[in-house]
Amino acid sequence: MSLATFLKSRLIPEELDQHINRIRKPIGTLGYDPWGYNNEAIKYGFALTKQIYEKYFRVSADGIENIPADGPVLIIANHSGQLPIDGLLIGYALASRKKDPRIPRAMIERFFPTVPWLGNLLNEVGAVLGDPVNCAKMLANDEAVIVFPEGVRGSGKLYQDRYELKRFGNGFMHLAMKYNAPIVPVGVVGCEETIPAIANIKPLAKALGIPYAPIALPVILPAKVHLNVGAPMYFDDLEIPEERVTERVEMVKAEISRLIDKGLSERKRLF
Amino acid sequence: MSEKRRPHILVTGAAGALAQKVINQLRGTCDLVAVDFREQVYLGDDIPSYRIDFTKRVFEDLFRRYQFDGVIHLGRIMSSQLTRMRRYNANVLGTQKLLDLSHKYGIKRVVVLSTFHVYGAVAYNPALIDESAPLKSAGLSADLVDSVELENLANIYLWRYPDLNITILRPCNIVGPGVRNTMSNLLASERAPALAGFSPMMQFIHIDDMSDAIVQAYKKPVRGVFNVAPQDWVAYQHALKLCGCKRIPIPSIPPAVPKLILRTLKLRSFPSYLMAFFKYPVVIDGRAFAREFDFEPKRPLMEIFRFYRDNKKPV
Repeated sequence: MSLATFLKSRLIPEELDQHINRIRKPIGTLGYDPWGYNNEAIKYGFALTKQIYEKYFRVSADGIENIPADGPVLIIANHSGQLPIDGLLIGYALASRKKDPRIPRAMIERFFPTVPWLGNLLNEVGAVLGDPVNCAKMLANDEAVIVFPEGVRGSGKLYQDRYELKRFGNGFMHLAMKYNAPIVPVGVVGCEETIPAIANIKPLAKALGIPYAPIALPVILPAKVHLNVGAPMYFDDLEIPEERVTERVEMVKAEISRLIDKGLSERKRLF
Repeated sequence: MSEKRRPHILVTGAAGALAQKVINQLRGTCDLVAVDFREQVYLGDDIPSYRIDFTKRVFEDLFRRYQFDGVIHLGRIMSSQLTRMRRYNANVLGTQKLLDLSHKYGIKRVVVLSTFHVYGAVAYNPALIDESAPLKSAGLSADLVDSVELENLANIYLWRYPDLNITILRPCNIVGPGVRNTMSNLLASERAPALAGFSPMMQFIHIDDMSDAIVQAYKKPVRGVFNVAPQDWVAYQHALKLCGCKRIPIPSIPPAVPKLILRTLKLRSFPSYLMAFFKYPVVIDGRAFAREFDFEPKRPLMEIFRFYRDNKKPV
């Protein structure tokens, strides 16, 4: 038995292997898709995330069944906590649900592909460069796509601004309308407390070519995370002026805000 | 009553493996003339073969003598061959001459071979790039300028002279027996360099499939630009593994380091101006071509890689 097979047998239980294999994915003969998703790598990612999801952040996911079983769908959530942990947890929640699991794709920051190892690793577990063309092609491929319309404005915000929604871009709404994809809003509560940052050293971030350089503890705190998934929202694809599109974006934002408030009020304690 | 005239076709780049496959597919039904910039090749008594510089006047004599109906232009000098200026002369000025003559002698069908390199490898490339995407390559490396210029030129003629029925094909990595491009040489080698921590998604098309694509494209006069790639993908380092290549990691950060290393080493097999293609993915969408020309590649990736693995040590 080779080392790889041995490790696989230890890390990936038979049940998990079958669970992933059952989920239909548009992949080629060697298990890859055009964005670098890999059907073998995801099994390791899944096994690791299971521990993080269940043991470390003790995630409670409410309404995960609201995400449609098939067809294109955009999962829109608030972004927080410096690292894209929120995307990972939403992804795992959907991939591990008992009925009709799906492996969603997360749109990630433009700087990740330039980072050796990490860029490829993220691609292999389904993350994709956050480019509108990528998102459009994936919706055309009937994928479930996780989008954080706040982008770095959301993930890079300081602890004092926690649970304050930043400006949402309109791009996701245009794509949802064009591809007839329902929007499923998600309110994430808890990720703000994982890496509380007190300041952002902008000159350092600029020098390093990264989106932000927070002053924070060098640990990820085990905050309990609540995911509240709302009901799918449907929008027609009529030709409407940009301000009407913005109104629709505001509707989604208001719904996410409501879901965050629900999570905050249900939360008993931070950790 | 005279017999129906067989189509006369000029095939350029005859010394290359791809052109010879195309010639073999067409020789039964067409009268072919083969030319190459590099060398004269013997292709049998039925096919006149010339070594000719397209920019020289004698080239026109071929058009006068053989009265071509179509041109299949595969004679691109690859970025790993010759100097930048000679390549520019051959690829850009040579192609211009070829298209001018094609127009002058009333040619009805032209197929031009380009490459997916024209899109350029940058970190922000989306996957499944379609034909309308900007060609970023010229801004990234002076060594790829001739590829982009060749395309621009063909595009201008495509719109200015619709009667030429120009089709431009942008294939992904062409690999397989006999192919001598950078990618094929890497897959065939015992050891191949790879940038540490980067394993971009790649697409490979078997030379026989590419030859089918060219012949199918030639037979259906639809003008335009088309990507040619199978619906299958693999990461570069995984492909090397499947081909039985040992990977030699080249330090990749900070980005100036690998560039410096490759420029200093001047490896023919891993040129510095193609470095970005081993770092960032350039995944093209070949579905428009497949639909329009009813094309489906027949050789799977595993068959391609098996060939390279089994032929590591030539007898």
